[in-house]
Amino acid sequence: MIAFILRRLMQAVVVMLTVALISFALFNFAGDPINNMVGQDVSLADRERLREALGLNQPFWVQFGIFLQNALQGDFGLSYRLGRPVEDLIVERLPATLELSLTAAALAVFIGIPLGVYTGLYRDTWLSRVFLTASLAGVSLPTFLIGILLILIFSVELNVLPSFGRGETVEIGWWTTGFATWSGIKALILPSITLCLFQLTLIMRLVRAEMMEVLRTDYIKFARARGLPDRKVHFGHALKNTLVPVITVIGLQFGSIVAFAIITETVFQWPGMGLLFIQAVNFVDIPILAAYLVLIALFFVVINLVVDLLYYFVDPRLRVDRTAAGGEATP
Amino acid sequence: MTAHPHQPAARLSTAGRLFDDFRRFLDGDVMHSFRRSPIVMAAAAITLAFFVGSFGAPWVAPHNTFDIATLDLMNAFLPPSWMDGGQAEFLLGTDGQGRDILSAILFGMRVSLIVGVCSVLFAMVVGILLGLFAGFVGGKVDAIIMRVADVQLSLPAILIVLMIDGFARSLLPRSVHEEMAIYVVIFAIGISNWVQFARTVRGSTMVEKGKDYVSAARIIGLHPFLIMIRHVLPNVLGPVLVIGTIGLALAILTEATLSFLGVGVPPTQPSLGTLIRVGNEFLFSGEWWMTIFPGVALVLLALSVNLLGDWLRDALNPKLR
Repeated sequence: MIAFILRRLMQAVVVMLTVALISFALFNFAGDPINNMVGQDVSLADRERLREALGLNQPFWVQFGIFLQNALQGDFGLSYRLGRPVEDLIVERLPATLELSLTAAALAVFIGIPLGVYTGLYRDTWLSRVFLTASLAGVSLPTFLIGILLILIFSVELNVLPSFGRGETVEIGWWTTGFATWSGIKALILPSITLCLFQLTLIMRLVRAEMMEVLRTDYIKFARARGLPDRKVHFGHALKNTLVPVITVIGLQFGSIVAFAIITETVFQWPGMGLLFIQAVNFVDIPILAAYLVLIALFFVVINLVVDLLYYFVDPRLRVDRTAAGGEATP
Repeated sequence: MTAHPHQPAARLSTAGRLFDDFRRFLDGDVMHSFRRSPIVMAAAAITLAFFVGSFGAPWVAPHNTFDIATLDLMNAFLPPSWMDGGQAEFLLGTDGQGRDILSAILFGMRVSLIVGVCSVLFAMVVGILLGLFAGFVGGKVDAIIMRVADVQLSLPAILIVLMIDGFARSLLPRSVHEEMAIYVVIFAIGISNWVQFARTVRGSTMVEKGKDYVSAARIIGLHPFLIMIRHVLPNVLGPVLVIGTIGLALAILTEATLSFLGVGVPPTQPSLGTLIRVGNEFLFSGEWWMTIFPGVALVLLALSVNLLGDWLRDALNPKLR
């Protein structure tokens, strides 16, 4: 068990170091950082002094060490475009993205699982067919088109919901929340539906497939033979055993929700990290690119680690197998 | 099963053999399942029509949207021809410069298809080679390649594409990047897709590796590289076709997303995604046709290709017959 966790941690550290190296290389190879900072009329001697002061004349690995040290303290320098510390910008934008992503994830889970259970149990009803056909459309419709369609219907034609921004927000410490005001919640509706649709169809299809698989097993037949009511068999026996893969997928998909938030945020001009990132790509704002790269990698590494561990705790079979096989933990 | 005993295969010319293969293909299971499903036939027809319409756009399209001389600002913002104020000349309406939307869609789809097909081919080559290599050589090489694949698979494709795009933008000077943008997009989408190919090919390579014909080739002293390319490769290509088709739909959608975000193909070569982005700015002033029609075209294209991929997967899978 400890060996397994240690191995995973080691892998996580290696991935993070690689990502840090890439994002540091961005700084180093994308032109001369000094030229990015000073104007044309700064003399060569002054440039050298600045280079000296910033430690830019030191060997690559020493500079990388300094970069790591700063990154660990959350210091990624100044944004080229906005001239403000990158960490401030990110802290400012983080709540918007997280609130949007969490709402979308919650919608996907709480709608997707019941739909999956229903379509898995009652395969041939017309309602199931409707859901399945709709989910096929959900896979083929790209996120940004869903957003545009929703805006066209609910903002332009019906004029009932806002199409951009977060509405009024309330500050709680450094966190700004849109949950506290009515306009904030209204602003959240369209973006979160847009963001959740793809994941919703994914979860629905997964739960459906797993349910159909489990319902064929012997212990379900046995449970039925014992005369247990359908409700107990479906939810107590069947659904419970489908949850392991579902938890994994939901966990891993949370990462892609945050990634797809980039698109949703652009469509709805949602002031989150994704919008910041897209603007950074457009304006070649390297400090923001580097910081986002490191941050999102950290996010994914943590999610993967947590899901791996959860897997380990949720499914006792994995534990038994590993001990029996001599602790070999290859996934 | 000797369907043509009077034509021994060894004596056929290449053209004759191709014709023979083709006839056997038409009689085979794959075509049978094709003829039985109207949805798949519709999907194939739409895909074919889109390919022909977009690659033949200079001849098929009613207007040449790249020829500035034919544009007339008097024709700007015309609605589709069946609505009030629409003109028969512009079936799906016009944009802010008086360009015909239908023609713009055809020309834009050409860019979308080129980027999609090229990036899938690129992903295919990289994925097949790495997968073949990993499966055939095994050991450390296999472990490293598959570890990289695992890490990449845990990241969403769109994120990888955006990162590569951002990387390219910061490394290349702005003027060079404009020219290179389309290649950068192809490269980025290709790189984000190679893992699926590599995994599948690796799996079937490991199965094929243990078979007798490989041992026989080894015994007669063929170089392992030759065995890998000439003998194993043709036997692991089946599933690649399926992944490639579904990958094409994904690649087209990814390109559209990038162009919609404004970081894809350059504005001088507008793709469907670019058209949607430009049209989106006019959504609130009521000119919905500038966004919706390119969007519908994109969805129809992706859906048809997806359906074809699903059908291929089922038709080529002997277990489901």
